[in-house]
Amino acid sequence: MAQTYRTMLVDPMVDNNPITLQVLGICSALAVTSSLQVAMVMTIAVTLVTGFSSMFISVLRSQIPSSIRIIVQMIIIASLVIVVDQVLKAYAYEISKTLSVFVGLIITNCIVMGRAEAFAMKNPPFASFVDGVGNGLGYGLILMLVGFIREFLGSGSVFGITVLQTVNNGGWYVPNGLLLLPPSAFFIIGLIIWAFRSWKPEQVEDREYRIQTVEAH
Amino acid sequence: MGLRNFFDRIEPHFVNGGKWERYFPVYEMVESFLYTPKTVTTAAPHARSYVDMKRIMTYVVLATIPCILMALYNTGYQTNIAIGEYGPSGWRAAIIEALGIGFNPANPLANMLHGLLYFLPIYIVTLVAGGIFEVIFATVRRHEVNEGFLVSSMLYALILPATTPLWQVALGIIFGVVIGKEVFGGTGKNFLNPALTGRAFLYFAYPAQLSGDSVWVPVDGFTGATALAVSAADGFQELAGRGMTWWDSFLGFVPGSLGETSTLAALLGLAFLLATKIANYRMVVGCLGGMIVFSLLLNWIGSDTNPMFAMPWYWHLVLGGYAFGLVFMVTEPVSGAHTNLGRYIYGALIGFMVVMIRVINPAFPEGMMLAILFGNVFAPLIDYFVVQANIRRRARRNV
Repeated sequence: MAQTYRTMLVDPMVDNNPITLQVLGICSALAVTSSLQVAMVMTIAVTLVTGFSSMFISVLRSQIPSSIRIIVQMIIIASLVIVVDQVLKAYAYEISKTLSVFVGLIITNCIVMGRAEAFAMKNPPFASFVDGVGNGLGYGLILMLVGFIREFLGSGSVFGITVLQTVNNGGWYVPNGLLLLPPSAFFIIGLIIWAFRSWKPEQVEDREYRIQTVEAH
Repeated sequence: MGLRNFFDRIEPHFVNGGKWERYFPVYEMVESFLYTPKTVTTAAPHARSYVDMKRIMTYVVLATIPCILMALYNTGYQTNIAIGEYGPSGWRAAIIEALGIGFNPANPLANMLHGLLYFLPIYIVTLVAGGIFEVIFATVRRHEVNEGFLVSSMLYALILPATTPLWQVALGIIFGVVIGKEVFGGTGKNFLNPALTGRAFLYFAYPAQLSGDSVWVPVDGFTGATALAVSAADGFQELAGRGMTWWDSFLGFVPGSLGETSTLAALLGLAFLLATKIANYRMVVGCLGGMIVFSLLLNWIGSDTNPMFAMPWYWHLVLGGYAFGLVFMVTEPVSGAHTNLGRYIYGALIGFMVVMIRVINPAFPEGMMLAILFGNVFAPLIDYFVVQANIRRRARRNV
């Protein structure tokens, strides 16, 4: 096999990151990154769901009829998401309220489905599990990065612990309100993609057009 | 021509193969700012014209002169009036006291000087902070530093409130230059207006310093709602009770962002831009038409709960940033529509959106900035449909 477990786990972090390269899962990345704590819980949830759904789908892959495979995948993913949702409600009720609908929306997160379709249907269970966890962590890496920038500059804190004393609390830091609004994550993800592609130029997509140059006579 | 000789002497270091090859854009910027560019068009079509990018940009800056003068005068005037009530404070007041000029709002010189002390720091910070990022990008990306930045920086400085903290001024213009322009490839490739992008960034990031009642006149303790905020709360008839007449608004003697209070000054700029054909009249016509038609429609519909419905179009014209935006932002050729029909539609869309935001959206008393950015985003789409319609029409003709 061309891929080792190590590359399966590490590749999705930078070289094949689901957010920055494949541009998947943007919706939840905008919605849950206003604080690091929430972003981290979301990361764990998505990583677990992607990992285990890939594993279970891979176990069943030779039993799943091709014509209804999406439905079967959805059932497995949905069951796992419900488990995660219930655990969150039981043990981290506050965070589960902040995440609100976005836990349920992990079901529709393209990354989970994408890995099930693209990898788990063709590979053995453990490899699928590692691949799922890797992609979940790749997604989580960007989530945490965006969450860090937004919470640090938007509220002057990291994991809820004040780092920059804000003006309202008698400090000097004027928090940047834009970063608490979901659209700011667009800018930040855009800038991260820019940084990634400057670092790894092979990720840059081909142009869809060509600028024509006319030779001088 | 000692200076020319100086440039000729140092030029070999900057062209390909020279020791400072990397910094050619910096050299080119200074040289072409002072002298006519040496580059000539190599490929067809050849149109002989003295109007190049540099001249267009310079003309726009020239067109803002009435607004700059009004910005200086009105900022000082409003401040001096408020100082009469609240007393002077801060380093600007100290300078003026040291010069012995005083704070008499009836003295034009005192007003101008006081206004200058507010405008100049903002403008200098804008030039320096934005300029540094322009040069960084030009050097790394190896494109020219464009005179367009002079326009962006001037417009940006004119649409800020006088109280904006200088670090926010810097942050806003950097965001405008980088996100609004350079990431898309620099001047000519920006689909948003860089000055407005910077302003919008500040507006959403630091609403406390960019909107509200206390930011328009830079005197501690002074609060005064803008004309639009008053109208949104109590109707435009209430303006007369606050001592704001239509003529005051038209001439620009009302509190507001630095350069956008005076409709007359903006219209003088418009006349210059239209006469030199820098601004396209279709956008102006479209924007006026959209605003007038939609506000007449709202007047006719009427509302018992929202007094803004009753605001007539000639008030919309003189309040807030409408006139300034109409003249300098809507007509901006790069971020606007490029087809003639599209320009009418583009203008009308902005005119419609301004009234829409001002009247119907309670969250934003002023809508010109958001309306223009909205129009910018839609401009390529409008062009696309106009071009497609034209292709279909011509295809039908040649069956």
